[in-house]
This record gives sequence, structure tokens and C-alpha cells, in this order.
Amino acid sequence: MVYSSVIRERFRRPRFRGELLAPDLAFEDVNPLCGDRIRIECRVADGRLSDARHRGDSCAICAASADLLLEMVIGRTIEEAAAVEPAALLERLEADIRPTRFKCVTLPLSVLQGALEGREVAL
Amino acid sequence: MTLGDLTRPDFPILTRQIHGHPLVYLDSAASSQKPRQVLEAMQRYYERSHANVHRSIHTLGEEATELYEAARDAARGFIGARFREEVVFTRGTTEGINVVARAVASMLRPGDEIVVTEMEHHSNLIPWQMVCRERAAVLRAVPVTGAGFLDMEAFARLLSPRTRLVAAAHVSNVLGTINPVADLVRRGREAGALVLLDGAQAAPHLPLDVAAVGCDFYVLSGHKMLGPTGIGVLYGRRETLERLEPGLGGSEMIKEVWIDHAQWNDLPWRFEPGTPPIAEAVGLHAAVEYLDKLGMARVEAHERELCRLALEALETIPGVTLYGPRNPELKGAVVAFNVEGIHPHDGAALLDERGIAVRAGHHCAQPLMKRLGIVGTLRASFSVYNTPAEVARLAEAVEGLRGAL
Repeated sequence: MVYSSVIRERFRRPRFRGELLAPDLAFEDVNPLCGDRIRIECRVADGRLSDARHRGDSCAICAASADLLLEMVIGRTIEEAAAVEPAALLERLEADIRPTRFKCVTLPLSVLQGALEGREVAL
Repeated sequence: MTLGDLTRPDFPILTRQIHGHPLVYLDSAASSQKPRQVLEAMQRYYERSHANVHRSIHTLGEEATELYEAARDAARGFIGARFREEVVFTRGTTEGINVVARAVASMLRPGDEIVVTEMEHHSNLIPWQMVCRERAAVLRAVPVTGAGFLDMEAFARLLSPRTRLVAAAHVSNVLGTINPVADLVRRGREAGALVLLDGAQAAPHLPLDVAAVGCDFYVLSGHKMLGPTGIGVLYGRRETLERLEPGLGGSEMIKEVWIDHAQWNDLPWRFEPGTPPIAEAVGLHAAVEYLDKLGMARVEAHERELCRLALEALETIPGVTLYGPRNPELKGAVVAFNVEGIHPHDGAALLDERGIAVRAGHHCAQPLMKRLGIVGTLRASFSVYNTPAEVARLAEAVEGLRGAL
């Protein structure tokens, strides 16, 4: 089953979709395969991600992956957040993701890493 | 009995079940399926006649050469070229365009102009971007109107004495729009430009007559017209090809070689360096024979009817947006659409769960997607083997998409 109940639920009722008023870190990127775009904004306090939001134009898998990812990293240190592996996300999605859609899962991960590396600091 | 019912038994792959449903293959614009006749011709070639072409003085080499050159004659007839020298085999449409782009690059001066259109496949855009950057030439694009047609008044204004080449799709791979190629060619040539037509989406669906159209170049891919991958045709008007320098060098494209220079071979081999795709040419020959036997006018009528049924069914479904001309008379066999609230990739994956294969995404036409203000679309495309019953299954499945996630 590609669209697990986790994916459907997160796509319909995302918990971390939106934007932050004054993010400390932000990054966005595009999946060249499909043109999907995801932006992630983070707020940092005492070396930890105190809050984060995602938004963009993407498929359900990518949107669900972004939402789950932020749930996994909020409250964690920057090092811990940057160390999240695709396998951990895949497990949480509880879905049969085929190689053609793998990038949909990992795009939020690479966008988060871009933000954490400070590749773009939001104004 | 429709053409689809008649031809289906020739396509072994169509008996497959996908996720427990009979396969409904509606992605022929990306790549068509192959009839048994094509598969058997290639198998027979490898089992009985394979050797390298043109230089082998033995029986197999002669047979392979005869088969390869016979494929050229068949392709010439299929596209309506006057001479066999005008038919160059390539690996596909993309390579054909790049071969022309390399040759044209050497003729460009800074400030010269190339005109493309906003509805081009990346294959008919990127090579021209590269050429323009390399030669400090200027790339201009004919806008697409809201209804999905080329703005021909804007095209006329874009032409100038500096226009060296016009490159345009015969049929759009997204909108399906059949462009007014005779008009494009006439005006382009009047401006003194060469005209290249990308026939990848037209060749599988319409009767072609490149000599009557009068273009300088016409390119197509075998795999979209029931043939194998790895083979395409670059048609070039003899007068045009004769004055072009080959962009790719190697064996076969030369007549005589010294250590520091060489004399180019005659047409068409001048543009075919290296060992060509021989088995693929044999397969393409079989595909052309298959289509010729059906008759391209009949193929066109069949696919137009499927397109009409699809447009009619989809436009009544709430939440469905259609892109491109609504009149099936004005378009090829593709229908691009979106379903409200469903990303095209999710839509395609959900349709796949019901055995229906459609394309989703930007269709290698990102500038057009930007023009339409969308990331992508779903796209159903039709070939000889599709049936009205399959269109009905598509419509039924699309109806269930909204709210499916």
C-alpha cells in the first residue's frame, strides 16, 4: 500500500505545515524529477530546534514526510536533527515506497539539512 | 470492432495484470508498446543475420547491410521524404536535434537568433540554449495562448533578418496541440531561417509528408511509434544537409582518412558515425510496416475518437481541469489534466493501483508548466491498441480520485 493511513492522515491534517514569523534557519529546494518544492523554517534555542514548519507544493508522500520529519526533530539538538536517516522516516511512514518515489520521502530531509547547515538564513 | 480490439492481440504486454487489474496502458506518448511483429523481426535479425554493416565482406555483413538500408527506405516512405539520402538514423529525437544543433552552431555568429516555442519539450530547448550560449546567439520563444495554441502573430514579430533557425514541435507532448507547421515553415523560410520540426509526438499519430511541409529538418523517435528504443530518424532536406558540417566524427562518416584530415562520406552516412543501431533499425522497419498496414489515416481517426471520448468524459467530472485544445480535431492523442487537491504524482500512483498507467509531472516541458502556473499534470495518451472501454475505465478511476487521499 503506497498511501498508508499515516500518509493520508498527515496529508489531510498536517501538524507542522505553515510558516514561522522570524525563523533562525530556513531552506527550500526542488525535486528535479517532479518539480515539487518544499520550504522548511526552524527556530533554534539553546542548540535545540525549538520549533519548525514546512510548506510548499508537493505530493502527499513528500508533504507527509516533511510533517513527520518535523515531529521527529522538534526538541532535538541540531546534531541529532541533522542525523535523521531516511530509513527512520520510511519506517514511520509505514508505506510501501517504491524507488521512483524515494526522492519524495528524502526531499524534506535534504531541505532540513540545508537549513541546519545554514545554507540560507532567513531574513 | 475498433482498431484497438483488432490490434491488441499483437501486443503481448497488454495481457499483463497490474495490482490485480488488467493493464490499461495510457502512456504511449512517453513510449509505446511493441507488437509481436517488431519483437520477432529483431529476434530474427540477431538469430540469423547479425554482423556489422557496410564494411563486412561476407554473407552476414551483406544481409545486415541490406536490412539496415531497407529500413532507411521504409522510413523514407513513411515520412514522405523525396530521397533516401535525406534519412539519417539516430538514437532518437533528442540525438537528432543535437546533431542538427552541433552542425548549426558552426554557422552562427554573435547576435544571430534562434526561435523556439514555449511549448517545447526540453529536448528541443536545451540544445538550442547550449548553442546560443556557446555562440553568443539570442534565443527567442513564441508564446503559447491561454487556449494552448502558438501565438502566430507573435511568431511573425519574432522573426528577423538575424533568425537563423526556427525549432518547433509538430504536436505538443502536453497540450496535444497540432501546430500549423506549414505556416511555421513558410514564414521561417521566408525570413531566411532553417526550420526544424520535432515530430516525436506527430509521427506515431498522423500521416506525414515532410517534403510537402517543406521543413529543413524533421526528427522522430522509433520507440514512440511501436518500434524499439535506441533508434530515431533525422530527416534533412538534401540541399540543407549538403551544406552542413557533421557535428560528430568517427568511422562510417568518412570517405578517406589521412593522419591530419579526412574527407566526409556521402549523405546520409556523413551524419551516422560509428556502428549504427542495426537491430533497432530492423525493428523500426517492422513498426513502420505495421503502421502502414493499418494506414496512418485510420490510426489518426481511431486515436482522435479516443481523445474525443476522454475529453468528453473528463470534462464532466467535478474538480477536473483540462489543458490544451478541447477540440479533438486540433490535437494529437494526448489529454493533460489535473484533479483538484491531488498532486499529479499521487494521482498517477492511485491510478496505477487500479492498473492504469498514465504519465504525471512536468512532461519535460517546464517552461510550459510555468506558463500554465502549475507544477505538473496527469497525462493520458493513446495509441493504436487502446479501446473506448479503456477510456471509460480511466474516467471511472479519475472520478474516484478527488478525496481519495
